[in-house]
Amino acid sequence: MTTPLVVSELSKTFTMHLQGGVRLPVVENVSFAVRAGECAVLGGPSGAGKSSILKMVYGNYAADAGQIIVTHDGALVDLATADPRTVIDVRRRTVGYVSQFLRVVPRVSALDIVAEPAIAEGIEPEAARTRAAAMLARLNLPERLWRLPPATFSGGEQQRVNIARGFITAHPILLLDEPTASLDRANRQVVVEMIAEKKAAGTALLGIFHDQDVREQVADSIIDVTEFAPARAA
Amino acid sequence: MNAHAENIAQYNFAYLDEQTKRMIRRAILKAIAIPGYQVPFASREMPMPYGWGTGGVQVTASIIGPDDVLKVIDQGSDDTTNAVSIRAFFQKVAEVAVTTETGKASIIQTRHRIPEEPLKAGQVLVYQVPIPEPLRFLEPRETETRKMHALEEYGLMHVKLYEDIAQHGHIATTYAYPVKVEGRYVMDPSPTPKFDNPKMHMSAALQLFGAGREKRIYAIPPYTRVESLDFEDHPFEVQTFDQPCALCGGAGVYLDEVVLDDAGGRMFVCSDTDYCEKRQAEGHAGPTGSPGEGEVQ
Amino acid sequence: MTAQPLFTVRSVSKFYGNRIGCEDISFDLWPGEVLAVVGESGSGKTTLLNCLSTRLLPTSGVVSYRMRDGTSRDLYRMSEAERRFLMRTDWGFVHQNPADGLRMTVSAGANVGERLMALGDRHYGQIRATATDWLGRVEIAGDRVDDQPRAFSGGMRQRLQIARNLVTGPRLMFMDEPTGGLDVSVQARLLDLLRGLVQDMGLAAIVVTHDLAVARLLSHRMIVMKEGRVVETGLTDRVLDDPQAPYTQLLVSSILQV
Repeated sequence: MTTPLVVSELSKTFTMHLQGGVRLPVVENVSFAVRAGECAVLGGPSGAGKSSILKMVYGNYAADAGQIIVTHDGALVDLATADPRTVIDVRRRTVGYVSQFLRVVPRVSALDIVAEPAIAEGIEPEAARTRAAAMLARLNLPERLWRLPPATFSGGEQQRVNIARGFITAHPILLLDEPTASLDRANRQVVVEMIAEKKAAGTALLGIFHDQDVREQVADSIIDVTEFAPARAA
Repeated sequence: MNAHAENIAQYNFAYLDEQTKRMIRRAILKAIAIPGYQVPFASREMPMPYGWGTGGVQVTASIIGPDDVLKVIDQGSDDTTNAVSIRAFFQKVAEVAVTTETGKASIIQTRHRIPEEPLKAGQVLVYQVPIPEPLRFLEPRETETRKMHALEEYGLMHVKLYEDIAQHGHIATTYAYPVKVEGRYVMDPSPTPKFDNPKMHMSAALQLFGAGREKRIYAIPPYTRVESLDFEDHPFEVQTFDQPCALCGGAGVYLDEVVLDDAGGRMFVCSDTDYCEKRQAEGHAGPTGSPGEGEVQ
Repeated sequence: MTAQPLFTVRSVSKFYGNRIGCEDISFDLWPGEVLAVVGESGSGKTTLLNCLSTRLLPTSGVVSYRMRDGTSRDLYRMSEAERRFLMRTDWGFVHQNPADGLRMTVSAGANVGERLMALGDRHYGQIRATATDWLGRVEIAGDRVDDQPRAFSGGMRQRLQIARNLVTGPRLMFMDEPTGGLDVSVQARLLDLLRGLVQDMGLAAIVVTHDLAVARLLSHRMIVMKEGRVVETGLTDRVLDDPQAPYTQLLVSSILQV
């Protein structure tokens, strides 16, 4: 089994310059690994830093110390220190991300939003749209919505667009930030199936799931984030 | 004539002082050396208003000698105010011989026409130019147009022609039609009708252009390529007239429309009066009138 | 990933007497990459843009561009003729005020066709067809091809300016506040259009803006400037979601939430 994601001794502190330089340590010495075909779940109470860890792994938050090693194009890349251009390339082909909220782009249809990462990965636009339509159908998004920009969609509808967008590619690493939060039971179950398929396909998944039911169905291992709580010294 | 003899003694030959003439001649030589290039010169105040041909007059004054024979035309005509005045001016300040016959002139100063009779080697055609810069229409900055000439960036010239076609369905520019001289400089041929453009190409005569207000001189040496700009699918064409000159029957020449009465009566006659009169004298006649009938203008 | 950057900026500074326009700016731009330069008025971002696009001679520093033949050339060692040729073929410049980048007294078709004619296209029908096609790509109806931009709305003018620049298939675009002065709804349309065109054509772009939403939507990377210097640089979403420098934190926290 390969291990496409290895995080070691990762630390993050927010410095609030507008509040007189107050330092807010978030996590310290975060270390874990996710193997191919495994779904690891970040566990712990709100505010423990689960989301921050996920965002650092995606390159969305800066890491203060430590390493985030991903296997990209057969080589090891440290996302904690990689230049922006490398991070973009890693995101395009290696690390996928399903965020909690959809960032809506004006005027772009739901179908195109879903197809976009597949096109960026190198799939023909028409094939990507066909695949996007299949994903949206599977997630029970009414077909009449596909051609509309999701700005006016409900929370659950936006979330499904977001999930389809994250799952459409064959990225070896997929990060999931509460993908089922605003979904009904039937659609939650679809997502659980999709996660199982990703695992079977050898994808390494790292996620945050507040829904205990879903968590129990998908998790192969739980990473207890409270272990990485910063020492309250200094 | 003799009454003026003492007065003109106050003037140098051909009105301009010799230093000025030298300066202008240097500009002319440079212009001949760089065909189509606008050479700046220190234009002088002339005893006539700008717009009346001060540029052409200064060029003529700088090249004219006592043995020259001068012809002056305005829109093809020898006897309109501008032509008459300038001819009289040189008779007065240079005492040169004047003529209305194209073939007999050594210097022809013109406003907006090229004579129909082909010019010969040794003749000089001096154009009066109001706005020498062909790019001015779209680019008001002189610094920029100079740079465009220097770098041969002439796309803008075609923008103007494009715009013509877009607005009128064909290239509607009928006078001051831009030309490229010897494959290099784009030049404004002064407001001559585009009908005359082909006459500039490989002409045996030296062609000099003077713009007094704008202080520019440019030239086309004899036997120089002069090509009118155009598009592949809208090639350059000269005006054609569906009837010959009403007076002399001349065809393939540039005609002026003359309104005869208030009832809409009109006729088309040669713009080149010398050419027309000569043909009439040779016995040619047009559909209207007999030789010598219509006193044009 | 291409091995070589398209555009390389090293220690570029511009001084106006003893005042700093911009100081010691260095970065690389790769093909297809969009870089946003953000900062408030007077931060030096427009000065920098002008220094990079050869519109303003920097006091010191080196700006090189990789030509289509693969050679890297120092812009300020090129002849002016070469620079101007580059500017109207391989580059584009989108001004904040479309009137600065358009010829207001000739038709939309002539505006788009100008670069083609400058390159020697001499077939009216083809030039007009290409121009009409480009108007369509920037969502201007083809029947406006013979209208002057004076008759266009602000948003249409801006789109026309973009089409005029893109017609030669440039590889690098400079944009100075491309959505400044437009209504919000018009801005959204323009941004979406730009985003699509940049993606489809694989354009590299340097976008100067004070609007962080514009930077977020268009750019991959950001440079935050203050008083002529770079205070922070990085991946756009990283800079906006986890700003490090005090000034960037101030900028980000000053955005009004809708």
